[in-house]
Amino acid sequence: MSYPTDYKYTKEHEWIKVDGRNAVIGITHHAQESLGDIVFVDLPKAGAEIVAGKTFGSVESVKAVSDLYAPASGTVTEVNGELATAPEKINQDAHGSWMLKLTLKDPNELNGLLSAADYEKFVAEEGG
Amino acid sequence: MPAVSATTPTVRKTALNPVHRQMGAKMVEFNGWDMPVEYPSAGGIIAEHNAVRTGVGIFDVSHMGDIRLQGPEALAAVQHISMNDASRLAIGQAQYSALLYPQGTFVDDVIVHRLGEDEYLLVINAGTREKDFNWVRDNTRQYSCQAENLSDDFTQIAIQGPKGVNLLQKLTDIDLSAVKFYWVTRGTVCGLKNILIARTGYTAEDGFEIYVPADHATSALVWNQVLEAGKEFGVVPCGLGSRNTLRLEGNLSLYGHEISDTINVWEAGLDRFCKMEKPDFIGRGALEKAKSAGLKRTLVGIEMIERGIARDGYRVLDDSGREIGHVTSGSYAPFLKKNIALAYVPPAFASAGSTVKVEIRGQGVKAQVVPTPFYKRLKKA
Repeated sequence: MSYPTDYKYTKEHEWIKVDGRNAVIGITHHAQESLGDIVFVDLPKAGAEIVAGKTFGSVESVKAVSDLYAPASGTVTEVNGELATAPEKINQDAHGSWMLKLTLKDPNELNGLLSAADYEKFVAEEGG
Repeated sequence: MPAVSATTPTVRKTALNPVHRQMGAKMVEFNGWDMPVEYPSAGGIIAEHNAVRTGVGIFDVSHMGDIRLQGPEALAAVQHISMNDASRLAIGQAQYSALLYPQGTFVDDVIVHRLGEDEYLLVINAGTREKDFNWVRDNTRQYSCQAENLSDDFTQIAIQGPKGVNLLQKLTDIDLSAVKFYWVTRGTVCGLKNILIARTGYTAEDGFEIYVPADHATSALVWNQVLEAGKEFGVVPCGLGSRNTLRLEGNLSLYGHEISDTINVWEAGLDRFCKMEKPDFIGRGALEKAKSAGLKRTLVGIEMIERGIARDGYRVLDDSGREIGHVTSGSYAPFLKKNIALAYVPPAFASAGSTVKVEIRGQGVKAQVVPTPFYKRLKKA
């Protein structure tokens, strides 16, 4: 699996794609593979504030509930409504299935995140 | 400094463990056993579940235990420890039952098979193997019969789904159309003689369970032959994940969840398997008292109305947010495409249509009580 090089990644297996002060967030291919069939996604509403490193929602497979951690702080501008009725889209294409769009509070927060190469290495070392 | 502990119990493996790993199964520890939870190559839990509902799926259930009671007083021994009436069993017939404590609560649930004139096989849960065998041995000493623990002798493969009979028929000389549901027989399977074949299962579908010798070579041979024979029916290997969602849709109890040593037969709704007209059995006295005292809680089926998945252990609340019970088992149901659960609630909330809330991550999410089983297979005419 090649991880998009224009995305940044967290150790909690989220990805973030940045364009100026706008960002899009999702979970990685590795995350959906570990979870198995995703059956439920719990996301905040537009207007909500999310904080880097803190949970902003959850994703559930048949067997497990997994928290979602914000890669960066900001205000949610749009939520992918498709995932409420078709959460399996994340399994089909994790990197193409966005969960939230936000306006970033501080783009410098992204400096601590992993590049695609670092994330791939991290996943390999995790034994995934 | 961590305290020095007794030897950590090693995780146990069935004879098919290397085969599951070779097939790329995701493994999980279940009650001390290293078992497949799902097979990504099969498509995972949802695909496995739906294969069983529409075609056929196979399961390694060798972790379950087997106790044989044999001897002139074997029936009396079974009648003493088991709540159902084994005297109704013809040779070759099986029944669902439970072993009870004197308090009328559960040691384990069990399938009692009558294999011969004075020979009974009890198939029990994986997590309770030792406890059950000790219980059976200690409570049948007074009867002229022998209790043997055969749990390690068998690789048990479940072949479940509407096409299960078609699959197994290719591998045996027995006419399976003559074996009714909850009956057993012996025959040649995959060239092996005298194999126990039971038309039983834990999926709420038609299907069979075969008991073959537990050596690695035989076990792998049979498993692979079953997969090969099932190709034309779209057979998939199935793990514990789909095993759980299948039994949940069919309202089949799981020990430690719907039944346990602190829950009695009436609360669990298993009245029809408990024959109080039997002269006596362990737990009968307490159950009589409990019947007069009335139910304080009862097991019900729940379906989520608002978005959310009720899971094992979640609290059940009334409309004002007061705790009234808890979820024993809950999940997304892959065939029904709903979020369902079983829960203990007070009888006042038990009628179908009652609304309750399930506490999910701090929020009360609306649900309603529904009749069970959630899913019932269509019986062929």
